[in-house]
Amino acid sequence: MNMLNIALPKGRLGEKVYDMFEKAGFACPSIKENNRKLIFENEACGVRYFWVKPSDVAIYVERGAADIGVAGKDILLEYAPDVYELYDLDIGKCRMAVAAKADFCDDPRRTLKVATKFSNIAKNYYDSLGRDIDIIHLNGSIEIAPILGLSDVIVDIVETGTTLKENNLAVVETIVPISARLIANKASFKFKNTQIEQIVQSIAAQTGEVK
Amino acid sequence: MMTPQDSVLKNEEKVIFALRSLYARYGYSQYKMSKFEEYDLYVQSKDFLISDSVITFTDTSGKLMALKPDVTLSILKNGKDAQGCVQKVYYNENVYRVSGGTHMFKEIMQVGLECIGDIDTYCLYEVLMLAAKSLATISERYVLDVSHLGILSAVLDHVGVPENDRKAALKCIGEKNVHELCALCSAAGMSAADTELLKQLISLYGKPAEVLPKLCALLDGRIDSTLLQEFCSVLEAFGGSAFYDKLRVDFSVVHDIGYYNGIVFKGFIEGIPSGVLSGGQYDKLLEKMGRKAGAIGFAVYLDLLERLQQSEAPYDADILLLYESGTDLGTLNAAIESLTKDGSSVMAQKEIPEKVRCKKRMKLTESGVETV
Repeated sequence: MNMLNIALPKGRLGEKVYDMFEKAGFACPSIKENNRKLIFENEACGVRYFWVKPSDVAIYVERGAADIGVAGKDILLEYAPDVYELYDLDIGKCRMAVAAKADFCDDPRRTLKVATKFSNIAKNYYDSLGRDIDIIHLNGSIEIAPILGLSDVIVDIVETGTTLKENNLAVVETIVPISARLIANKASFKFKNTQIEQIVQSIAAQTGEVK
Repeated sequence: MMTPQDSVLKNEEKVIFALRSLYARYGYSQYKMSKFEEYDLYVQSKDFLISDSVITFTDTSGKLMALKPDVTLSILKNGKDAQGCVQKVYYNENVYRVSGGTHMFKEIMQVGLECIGDIDTYCLYEVLMLAAKSLATISERYVLDVSHLGILSAVLDHVGVPENDRKAALKCIGEKNVHELCALCSAAGMSAADTELLKQLISLYGKPAEVLPKLCALLDGRIDSTLLQEFCSVLEAFGGSAFYDKLRVDFSVVHDIGYYNGIVFKGFIEGIPSGVLSGGQYDKLLEKMGRKAGAIGFAVYLDLLERLQQSEAPYDADILLLYESGTDLGTLNAAIESLTKDGSSVMAQKEIPEKVRCKKRMKLTESGVETV
């Protein structure tokens, strides 16, 4: 049987997504065993799941190691992988936002210093505004950049805003809403079309929308 | 039976031979060109290129030159337009561009063809048929997605997608991203009926026999019927052939609408994660170059075929033949000739090299060749 390879993002979101796939008729009970395995297979259903780092899901799918996967819109916007974005799962919701110190006031005469993990998103956003910026690429603890004077603003994911508040920062602008998306490899979509369409339909039915 | 060529030639090399003879059979002549081109040529049509990064250098006369990132533009700049005639050429060239995955420059071997001039429905069919045959040459497990940018543009006009939103709308269509397309239509103030029409159009996917009647029913009376007629007649001309089953109508094939205007297509092979063939009708590019002609063509990306290669032979050679320094050249040569007679490969060495894998080790001694 032609197995369908599904890349799931490790963590709570991935577990939620797996439940949706299970309800859609693609169960793989071994995935719920408490162990360190990363690949799980259910030949009867024709599926193979694997847990990967959330930011790597799109790479697995684009390169065809996974036929489909679930990735956040933030990752899709940042890396622009050549994949189909088949469905908005409407979970893992948050937003990509510009945040700054509560008393921040933008001075358009100066180059804006922007600290972020999402350099492309920040660049595209400020390009669309015609604003000159200096991107400072960081890999974590972005929130401290404005506090220490490393940057004027940050571009980052905001879920509840608690971390921002605790660091005396506030959202200045929402760039784009984010949620988890079902993505598919373009070639796999052609050769495993029936299985992929079946998953999309079943998941759409679960979220109340019939495609 | 496997010929020595079968085992030695790489997949892409076998494909090149097969495709060149295929294109020549349909009257396409080979177009050979230089590796370099004046950079100016690409500045005019930068968006036509798959990647806008070009390797440039200054030649001895001070001109800014480029390592060719594309073949089509070089072919187009030289042709002459004549009523009723078409120039049919094929090429087999290396191009240099940034590969999507690695964001680094790569040398990509490309085979393709161009049909330039007075393009009629037969030319459209012939090029699409040769695209299908090209894919069939590589593997029998292939799919050729076909779309029509004239139809897509007409639908975007009909539903009134504002000019500013066209790029974003086409991006959504290319990603089969229905949810964001609907959000975009709603933000642009389009009616629910128009949004639904667009949604239905991009959700269409399948074999022509299943999709074309739905497409005609969906767009009947809404767009210029000659566009639909052209699309249907080209696809239906495949009816009854082995290729018909491999075609898929898919409006997510979206090439740059500023250059392409009619039928566009993309070919996929099972086992290769991205499209291996891409092409379409690009009359608008010729118009921009000041030519009074139409054109359609495609390219096959041979670098991707590496993934289809059978696992490498487990041995570097069938026989490792060891010989002593000072061995008579004639004796050594005769021993090798005799061992290779049955088609075996022989690697002659004085010492056993590290990591060399051979089925058999032999030694040339005074009494002849012995197995060791």
